[in-house]
Amino acid sequence: MSLPVVSVSHVSKRFDSIIAVDDVNFDVAPRSTTALLGGNGAGKTTTLSMLLGLLLPTAGNISIFGVDILRDRYRILPRLNFSSPYVDLPRRLTVRQNLTVYGRLYGILRLPARIAALSEELQIGRFLDRPYGQLSAGEKTRVVLAKALLNQPELLLLDEPTASLDPDTADYVRGMLESYRARNGATMLLASHNMSEVERLCDDVIMLRAGKLVDRGTPAELLTRYGRQNMEEVFIDIARERRLEITLDPGQAVKK
Amino acid sequence: MTELTRQHTGFLPSLRRVGALVLRNMYLLRSSGPRILELMYWPTVQMVLWGFITVFLVNHSSWVAQASGVLLSGVLLWDVLFRGQLGVSLVFMEEMWSRNLGHLFVSPLRPFELGCALLTMSLIRTLFGVGGAALIAIPLFHFSIFSLGLPLLAFFFNLLVMGWAIGLLVSGIVLRYGLGAESMAWIAIFAVQPISGVYYPISTLPTWLQYVAAILPSSHVFEGMRAVLFDHTFRVDLLLHAVLLNVIYLAAGFASFLAFFKNARVRGQLLHVGE
Repeated sequence: MSLPVVSVSHVSKRFDSIIAVDDVNFDVAPRSTTALLGGNGAGKTTTLSMLLGLLLPTAGNISIFGVDILRDRYRILPRLNFSSPYVDLPRRLTVRQNLTVYGRLYGILRLPARIAALSEELQIGRFLDRPYGQLSAGEKTRVVLAKALLNQPELLLLDEPTASLDPDTADYVRGMLESYRARNGATMLLASHNMSEVERLCDDVIMLRAGKLVDRGTPAELLTRYGRQNMEEVFIDIARERRLEITLDPGQAVKK
Repeated sequence: MTELTRQHTGFLPSLRRVGALVLRNMYLLRSSGPRILELMYWPTVQMVLWGFITVFLVNHSSWVAQASGVLLSGVLLWDVLFRGQLGVSLVFMEEMWSRNLGHLFVSPLRPFELGCALLTMSLIRTLFGVGGAALIAIPLFHFSIFSLGLPLLAFFFNLLVMGWAIGLLVSGIVLRYGLGAESMAWIAIFAVQPISGVYYPISTLPTWLQYVAAILPSSHVFEGMRAVLFDHTFRVDLLLHAVLLNVIYLAAGFASFLAFFKNARVRGQLLHVGE
């Protein structure tokens, strides 16, 4: 069995008296797409931030590609990338300039060709030379995704990857992410509020509530366990603590 | 992945990554007329103001008459210190204003490399801003600060390094306390102006303040400047004092920036930059 790409062990994050993440444990298998789900304030973004090393946990260990990121994160940073609606790119710089700067930070060889390829893949070519700040929300999301794919990451962390996209563009981006994973054997971990996106992209779902990991399984397993037709209903059940006394062992789930 | 990227290994900062951030800021300057104008605006305004004051005082003050460039040299060299500090702080705050810190720190860029890029941009901005004002002073007041000769280089770099150290400290404070503290970038340096002896000898200060002045690199630089202008001598002792102090200042500046950066990672401020 191959080693997990991400291993989170007893991780907690406390901000003064607020516990944002509470003793969370999970692994992410290679070449899988895992969703972190939960309502607002459940701890998704905090967990992603700790995986990225932008936030230090109060307790616990995180390793990525077998490397302890609290001690040696710079060894693995070239192998991952991320996008988030909470982080922007310089607005006065054009899309091409932004991608050039990040391409150099990641040490991309033949950078103009790489930018051209991503422009075609993400359909951003027609506004490559426009300032990033002048783009629509949907166009910005695609540019940030292009930045996230510049270094062809083996691990891609995505916070609401299709936020602000119209249904057509969102569908295109999901297809692009699916083919990226299939083509490159990449591992993806995403936080999303879009349940159809989770059903389509993810083969593993981690449910968080109030900073705790409360359930986990494939979308099909969760639908069966909760007796629901779609993930939206499962999400609401878990967020409202309905129907089940949650345990991490699917076989032991007990109806209320 | 090995075919796609070239990775820098080793302890020393990556020039490619430092260069990438310098390029980012050159793109920004190139696209923004007001930013370019701002670089030269205040140094020029200050130089013109003090130039006319000098013209007046040359005829009314025996001290200024002995070395007519003393005030203008003070103004221009003070601006090296101010622009040096502002160059570091403003370039850092550009990243906060654009909410870009999260992307930067998930890239392989190390905080020390960000610091090196800030210093490089500060040098470029200071050369452009103060250099422009110094050139305008030549036809306007028939005064060239370049007549100070080689000591000018020593004065310039010592003031620049002190500005860098304070700029790194201020950047760390803004990272820690949010953009609500950004006014620190404009006001912090003026706390040391009265005791740096920019326009008057350090001996003018009360004795106890002279002790405080002695731990500022800037006070040794301005004393050295007056020694060149009045006595036509280059005081190596003053230069050595300034250099030694600057080594300590720069190390403390980097240490404080890195400590504030670590604190920002504890508090989650790299992702949520705000007031």
